[in-house]
Amino acid sequence: MGNEVVLTAEQLALYRSPSFSIDEVTFELLKGDIVSIVGANGSGKSTVLRLLTKLIDPDSGCVLLDGRQIAEMSRKVIAQKLTMLPQVHDHHIDLTVYDLIKHGRNPYLKWYETTDEGDRQAIDFAVSATNLEQLKYRPLHSLSGGERQRAWIAMSLAQTPEILLLDEPTTYLDISHQLEVMELIRRLNKENGITIVMILHDLNQAAKYSHRLIAMKNGTIVRQGTPGEMFNKEFFKEVFEIDATIYHDEETPFFIPRSSLLKQRSEKKAVAGEKIISGG
Amino acid sequence: MTILTVILKPLSKRREPEGKNREDADPRKKQRWIVLTLAAVLLFLACIYGLVTGSVSISLSEVWSAMIDKENALHAQIVYDLRLPRVLTGLLVGASLAVAGALLQGVMRNPLADPGIVGVSAGAGLVAVVMMILFPAYLYLLPFGAFIGALLAALLIYVLAAAGGSRSPYKIILSGIAVNSLLGAAMTAVMVLYSDRVQAVLPWLAGGLSGRSWPHFSMILPYASIGLLLSAFAVRHANLLLLGDEVAKLLGHHVQRSRLFLIILSAFLAGAAASVAGLIGFVGLVVPHISRMLVGNDYKFLLPVSALGGAFLVVFADTAARSWFDPIELPVGILLSFLGAPFFLYLLHKGGMKVGK
Repeated sequence: MGNEVVLTAEQLALYRSPSFSIDEVTFELLKGDIVSIVGANGSGKSTVLRLLTKLIDPDSGCVLLDGRQIAEMSRKVIAQKLTMLPQVHDHHIDLTVYDLIKHGRNPYLKWYETTDEGDRQAIDFAVSATNLEQLKYRPLHSLSGGERQRAWIAMSLAQTPEILLLDEPTTYLDISHQLEVMELIRRLNKENGITIVMILHDLNQAAKYSHRLIAMKNGTIVRQGTPGEMFNKEFFKEVFEIDATIYHDEETPFFIPRSSLLKQRSEKKAVAGEKIISGG
Repeated sequence: MTILTVILKPLSKRREPEGKNREDADPRKKQRWIVLTLAAVLLFLACIYGLVTGSVSISLSEVWSAMIDKENALHAQIVYDLRLPRVLTGLLVGASLAVAGALLQGVMRNPLADPGIVGVSAGAGLVAVVMMILFPAYLYLLPFGAFIGALLAALLIYVLAAAGGSRSPYKIILSGIAVNSLLGAAMTAVMVLYSDRVQAVLPWLAGGLSGRSWPHFSMILPYASIGLLLSAFAVRHANLLLLGDEVAKLLGHHVQRSRLFLIILSAFLAGAAASVAGLIGFVGLVVPHISRMLVGNDYKFLLPVSALGGAFLVVFADTAARSWFDPIELPVGILLSFLGAPFFLYLLHKGGMKVGK
């Protein structure tokens, strides 16, 4: 891990509706980092990834990629350095794995060009890094969930990005395929030096595989730090409104949830509400 | 022995899942090439059928000698002046319509997006009717006018569907149907208002190739060939759009720009077809669908197979329409609807229809 900043979010803000906005999102991403963004549903995690990739423009603030504002860069140039694996719904996509991965070369092609030998090297690298040699001519829809996820990761790799963002890469996968994907991400980070930002719901996995965690709540960053610094009772109470016990497995912290504080609070609210109604 | 190995070699190659040549290892590639070749052969046969069939039956060898030596003046005249230009015009019309439909379905992400259904053809038709009735002196500009009409209709649909946020496939198709009926009504209104001049429009409106000859062919040729050539560049754009807007953007693609390119191209082809053959439905809907069932969604194969299939269908149906019911000559548009509608229902019933998103 170096100290070179590759991606900066500065005071990102987005006002969509009174109930949903992004505010004061500021962080720096160092080269070679693995960062996980965690937080409850609707806390704005996916929106932040979309702001970082210029899929949405912020109302104020900016994103710097290698010191340049992405708002002023073309999509092609951005896509050569930074890409995201969105949550994919690919049931209707009728492609072989290889054809899907080939699309990853698009940022390097002019509008009239098709892939050539030079592109093949990047494609072959993506295929071997994700262990898809045996599956590369299979139609995408004939693969299992984990294999499909690997195929999409391979497409992103064919872009030869420096930074890869992943939006819940393990959702809908069983535990062994979840681990397979997480190991793949770790390997890409270690061996190929790709900087990773991902959204994860499994906090124990986030702690195990990330160098740093960013916790979001109500559209803003509430805490950030290493898993060791972050994992404590107050963190789980504040960010997820649960009661949790923290344990340690060698260096890695993990937690076991005990009970939801959300329910107790809403019960209290309901009781309070009844009082108001009966009182009124 | 050597002959045996030559014959057996391709067989043994097929058994290996990992072929040496990566292109060979994709099992669907072979099927796609077979379909493509078959479509080309069918088109060729339909052209021959179109040249030999008619109220005067002319054998293949007579067709040949009529075209080369012009021995038999009457036959030469029939083949060269009547049948050949009509077959060639039908070929371009069919190819243009089918490719326009396939492109439109990609852009609008809706399998029902046929130029005839979503109002693109109606846009071409309205401008064409206005030109024929009000400005008959400028008829040579008809393809261009039809293109402008088709383009405006397509853009109108696109803008309407974008109003109020997301462009869902449903919204696109519904705005298309609204635009279609609006333009259709405008077309009828123009014809009612100028009912004294409507005679000039009627044969065109019925949708057909009756009486189409060399002038029509040279009218459509530049437009259709430019459009079809440009569609080769549309392949990657259309394929990327299939991945969804978000993924396409993450791949560095200018989604709106390539949508616009595909819409213009599709309108260009639909306008070209409408300017010589009037409103012919179903080709742009049925042909891309069948092609998709045969070769899949990859536009690299979908577009050429659709082009060949559309050309085959129109040339064959036109020959059938003018010969099967002799002495009556049906407009090919009507025959296509008669054939196309039940076939389409059959496809729906069979459930084999893959939604091309």
